[in-house]
Amino acid sequence: MQYVDEFRDPDLITKASQEIRRLADPARHYRIMEVCGGHTHAIYRFGLKDILPSNIELIHGPGCPVCVLPMGRIDDGLAIAQDPNVIFAAFGDMMRVPGAHGSPLEHKARGTDVRIVYSPADALELARKYPEKEVIFFAIGFETTAPSTALTLMAAKAEGIANFSVFCNHVTIVPAIRAILDSPDMRLDGFIGPGHVSTVIGCRPYEWIARNEAKPVVTSGFEPLDLLQSIVMLLRQLQAGEARVENQYKRVVPWEGNSAALKAMAEVFELRPYFEWRGLGFISQSALRIREKYAAWDSEQRYVVPETRVTDPKAAQCGEVLKGVLKPAQCKLFGKECTPEHPIGALMVSSEGSCAAYYNYEYRKSMVARVSSVA
Amino acid sequence: MCLAIPGKIVELIDGQNQVGIVEVTGVRRKVQLGLLEDDMPKVGDWVLIHVGFAMSKISERDAEEQMRLLTALGEVEQAMEEVRGYGLENSADRAGPVELNGKRYA
Repeated sequence: MQYVDEFRDPDLITKASQEIRRLADPARHYRIMEVCGGHTHAIYRFGLKDILPSNIELIHGPGCPVCVLPMGRIDDGLAIAQDPNVIFAAFGDMMRVPGAHGSPLEHKARGTDVRIVYSPADALELARKYPEKEVIFFAIGFETTAPSTALTLMAAKAEGIANFSVFCNHVTIVPAIRAILDSPDMRLDGFIGPGHVSTVIGCRPYEWIARNEAKPVVTSGFEPLDLLQSIVMLLRQLQAGEARVENQYKRVVPWEGNSAALKAMAEVFELRPYFEWRGLGFISQSALRIREKYAAWDSEQRYVVPETRVTDPKAAQCGEVLKGVLKPAQCKLFGKECTPEHPIGALMVSSEGSCAAYYNYEYRKSMVARVSSVA
Repeated sequence: MCLAIPGKIVELIDGQNQVGIVEVTGVRRKVQLGLLEDDMPKVGDWVLIHVGFAMSKISERDAEEQMRLLTALGEVEQAMEEVRGYGLENSADRAGPVELNGKRYA
């Protein structure tokens, strides 16, 4: 834990790690999934693995929106963007994600009008500024970003801005957790629940996991102490044979979520019957589409979408890594063909992807250790 | 995109629906406040911002810790790039090269 002293309450961190050792039954092997990619990043960055006893295994979940987006959706969005009258606006996180015919940045280099925006509100601002152009906002993200897209669409409708539309790729976290629990090769003891997604949806949507699957869920903050406390809370429940939803991140996550955000999402979006997830396949009712009353602002209604389906490179094992069946370094391409500089799969692109996190912290560290031991 | 950026509300803009000015480590930018309409922040309140929208109110201490967390995760530069990008004055409105994570792309 080389970084913990940068943080508040080092004494509490020591206490939490002692408590984890006291609670963990040496005869058991615990498999705990952190659902959110932000947690994955923090776990690697702070070296939490090094202070957990070896029988507590953290499995990295599907909560990285860039990572779970199938390549075909990127190609679909970029296909519409080939129209010279279109401005294609997307978050910076998307820019280096490879599509079958190149990433958005590579398309930009070839002359497509691709722009980075940091907020959907800014994509709408582009539409106001260039009334002669058609602005398409390529929306991605879980419930953390979906309400912002919803409010932006409501503003577009209220102002009657006709040259703006959204290519909607928003997904919802709970069906993905369900798909993982249904997967026959997956055995889990409990979940570290997402932090920021829960700010929006609250804690109730996880109750079925406790009730029907008898697995505890603790929504968690992102600091080392938050994560360790969440593991303590999970172990206490497991020791007592309980399965409840608990909220470790009360300072940000209200139990009932953010009602204004939920209201905006319900106004604009409805569930798609099914949606493809990279690595997890088709999951029913796992994504959002734009309701009929906003059809004029729905890129999928306004343009002809090729509905591209791209099979991931065979050697890349993104799916197994995404489901937590394989560790990043067990993929055949990890650190060889696939690196953060030359990513083949999306898990290597985003800093929240488990492959990039593993590469940047664990792998580089072991390389340095090897080089210095040789020297 | 998934970054939660802490900012202090320094101004509520009159005549614009649910828009405020936040300050994030000295940089001032426009943010949308519509997701906090049930509990509108006042000038001086701290908020967590996602993609240009304030999502929750937090304490000043938690805002400081969030900034330290972003520092530790190596995401401060990216967060500040994001904040500077709100409101189009920086990157989105340029048809030319873009900068991303400190690198320039033509």
